[in-house]
Amino acid sequence: MNLSPAPLDRELARDTQRLLARLGLPGLSRREALRRCLFGAAGLFLVNGGSLRAQVPTRPARARSVIQIWMWGGPCHIDTFDPKPDAGYDYCGPLARALPTNVDGIQVGELLPELAKQADKYAILRGMTHGHNGHETASYMVQTGHPPGGREVFPAAGAVTAFFKGHGAGYTGLIPPYIVLTEPQGRFSESGFLGNRYKPFATGGDPARTPFQVEGIVAPGLSTERQRSRRELLHRLNTLGRALPGDATLQAHYAAEQQAYELILGDAGKVFDLSQEPDALRDRYGRNTFGQSCLLARRLVECGVPYVTINYQGWDTHKQHFPTMRRKLPEMDRGFATLLADLADRGLLDTTIVWWSGEFGRTPRVQWEPPWNGGRNHFSRVFSAVVAGGGFRGGRVVGASDKTGEELRDRPIYPADLLASIYELLGIDPAAKLPHPQGLEVTVLPTAGESGPGGGVLREIM
Amino acid sequence: MAARLQAVSTIPPQRRRQGAIFRRGAAVLVCLWVWCCTAADPYRSPRPSTPLTELDRLVLADLERLGIPPAEGCSDAVFVRRAFLDVIGTLPTAGEARAFLDDPSPDKRIRLIEQLLARPEFADYWAMKWSDLLRVKAEFPINLWPNAAQAYHRWILASVRTNKPLDRFARELLTASGSNFRDGPANFYRALQNRDPAGMARVVALTFLAARAEHWPSHRLAGLAAFFSQVGFKSTSEWKEEIVFHDPSRATNGLWRAAVFPDGTPARLEPGPDPRVVFADWLVSRTNTWFAQALANRIWAWVWGRGIVHEPDDFRPDNPPRNPALLDYLAREWAASGYDFKHLLRVVLNSGTYQRSCVPRSNAPAAAAHFAHYPLRRLEAEVLVDALNQITGTAEQYTSPIPEPFTFIPADVRAIALADGSVTSPFLELFGRPPRDTGLESERNNQPSPAQRLHLLNSSHILRKLEQGPRLRALATARRPAEETLTELYLTILSRPPTEEERQAVNKYTRTLHPREAFLDVAWALINSPEFLYRH
Repeated sequence: MNLSPAPLDRELARDTQRLLARLGLPGLSRREALRRCLFGAAGLFLVNGGSLRAQVPTRPARARSVIQIWMWGGPCHIDTFDPKPDAGYDYCGPLARALPTNVDGIQVGELLPELAKQADKYAILRGMTHGHNGHETASYMVQTGHPPGGREVFPAAGAVTAFFKGHGAGYTGLIPPYIVLTEPQGRFSESGFLGNRYKPFATGGDPARTPFQVEGIVAPGLSTERQRSRRELLHRLNTLGRALPGDATLQAHYAAEQQAYELILGDAGKVFDLSQEPDALRDRYGRNTFGQSCLLARRLVECGVPYVTINYQGWDTHKQHFPTMRRKLPEMDRGFATLLADLADRGLLDTTIVWWSGEFGRTPRVQWEPPWNGGRNHFSRVFSAVVAGGGFRGGRVVGASDKTGEELRDRPIYPADLLASIYELLGIDPAAKLPHPQGLEVTVLPTAGESGPGGGVLREIM
Repeated sequence: MAARLQAVSTIPPQRRRQGAIFRRGAAVLVCLWVWCCTAADPYRSPRPSTPLTELDRLVLADLERLGIPPAEGCSDAVFVRRAFLDVIGTLPTAGEARAFLDDPSPDKRIRLIEQLLARPEFADYWAMKWSDLLRVKAEFPINLWPNAAQAYHRWILASVRTNKPLDRFARELLTASGSNFRDGPANFYRALQNRDPAGMARVVALTFLAARAEHWPSHRLAGLAAFFSQVGFKSTSEWKEEIVFHDPSRATNGLWRAAVFPDGTPARLEPGPDPRVVFADWLVSRTNTWFAQALANRIWAWVWGRGIVHEPDDFRPDNPPRNPALLDYLAREWAASGYDFKHLLRVVLNSGTYQRSCVPRSNAPAAAAHFAHYPLRRLEAEVLVDALNQITGTAEQYTSPIPEPFTFIPADVRAIALADGSVTSPFLELFGRPPRDTGLESERNNQPSPAQRLHLLNSSHILRKLEQGPRLRALATARRPAEETLTELYLTILSRPPTEEERQAVNKYTRTLHPREAFLDVAWALINSPEFLYRH
């Protein structure tokens, strides 16, 4: 046995080449060979893990990727995309003005001047409704389309997209197919019964800082040189690996490790390096966590990543509502508007759905009484969401609330309606089966019998 | 691979290194000498470690029939680590590993197994496995609620600690009634995805018969469901309290008349008595081999990572045992002991089969399925993070989504001792801890992923543990020769001293580095090595 340190990745690549040659796929570059090997190995995991999956049937797709701006906590609809300037101080507080937009007849809140210039790019869904006022049940409902309280945990839209548009379905990137910037939203944005493999990769860190420390990919204080020599040491000390050449368990381990190193040391991880972007553009997005997350989301979809969630926290404004709006909305306005413009400039908006929504809206009538002293509570009877790109027509409004924003007046849109529309544009059949660990028949979205009320797919804007 | 293995055995003698690698007494030197002379790696030992047992004879006969040569025995260093991890889900400390390696007595493996079976971590670790199966989880979608999950876990833990015979354990679960907060096992009937009689029947079949009743013919499932047609639930004035009880008034639905045991025998129930008791009597009766086989196989699979019937919770006629005689022997031996859990473990752990090396002598695909060698398996999420904490002297923070006092977890609680599946950490989620939704063995996911590798190689979570962990720091700064520090580090992480090749590789690597950096890099490499990450 050769105990001299033959670098294991070279060994692995050679084994892979040999394997591929046997499979009739000769002449691949080392990286390509490795990449294919990784996906082959990934397929094996699925079989081993018991979640059998046939090749995913995808339908013709208009959209390739989704950027989900998740307004965690629940943003107020009447202060953003459903302004009620005539409702009076009890409702509007100090934010009583509405702004005209570049589309006749559409108005947005006064703190969104940049988005007002882009209304032709997005559609405002003012008829969103579901009736769940708890953060977690509402998040589950909005992100899965399934009513909470059942005994199954369905996967969120990101995991569903990762399943249908990810590595099993033609995506060949090294970046995981479902990314969350920067912190995970917790258990209701997760993969449910689809399992680990479809969980989001949360970057951690802060893209507004230099360097952006992507958890696991960019380590503080470790030079590339030291990373390389550490890796070499790891190979030299792999005594068990040398005693077990060709062991399938270890091959899977090396394949995962190789892919990790592509992100740490290879080119794939460079997508997270925002210093490659012009300073002026970075300024336009806003030099804050949200703005730079929007920029990063654009870079990720440019690389083909199918689903990126920007988990934008801080919208649960029970107290200090108006000061918070004045602080946060300009930041949101700028980041979101620049994202739309930048995607459009690069021709990416045609294939990228941008979905802005929280789990619900907020009570239109301001709670001036103590202890809230000017706050807004959770409100799910009617609220707003925004969609743009990927086949959604801009410059439209779908659904309406009444004159105080408290009742649904026209065109209800349930979470399952919105998700069905997004899935349709992505080429995912809402009635397609998902693999279930117990072999139960489960579909992407509830079937007509299970779902309760629905308003239908958003044909108006597709 | 065969060619490479042959290459191992033809290494010229001058490359097999001997000599005084470290000075820990003559016994160790003798052991090392034997070990270095005869094996090219620190994992194998040519001496038969134990006399042949009945279990070994059955495995060897099966392997002979298939023409598969069994692996050699494992070395003491492998054994001490393997026994600690498999029996108590805990890495041996450097001191524990050294004490075992230094012990010259021939029966030290038997004694180690006995010591481990008596340790408090034994109960924690096996209660964790039972809790995965029994779905001990406060929140969504099982919804036991935190203090009920705690009560359920406390009962399981006490049962393992007192080595409650498993027929009694099963009977107490099956016939449980009472408050979810006060009568732990009553939660068995609450930890269900579906509370109708068929839903209960499916869980009972999975748990105690290792069968997936959703694939049974419908009349068979209905026959089993009938035993659970009188389970009632009622709430009390206490927030989230629920009483599970036998509700004879439900007898009017007449479902109980359809009761048929899963082997096809009609049950002939009387109206009045709790039908669950009749089912429990059938299940654990000594003439019913199904229960003994299902559970013996499951426990075998918990030790071995793979069942004699595999998947270990998928008993059906078209999925026969790989070695029927072995399963039959284990089930009989175990039933004869009065379903003594520790007895079954002793039978397995003291066998030569269990004490084989992980280095196979055959690359036949059937070798692993017929137990010709010990299988590599990644450490479970909980065991892995506990091991990292033990090595570095750090702790994890576990949280629950439910802000209740019951869910506050003190920093020194180990992951294997967490009661409630809803209490978790990002690390546990990333490394495939089971969600405890279904009780299926396949819920636990030990497959490697790039995200896991990124985390261990390069995350701030792990790098901080390595850089700031007080135990590792103390090890690095103790005054002693560098050679001994390296030995200590190897014993701490890999439970064995370094080989000569490893010493040289480390010396070569560290020559140009600051000692602190060098130490960190070596520790980093060892916790990222497959030898640390995998049971072997």
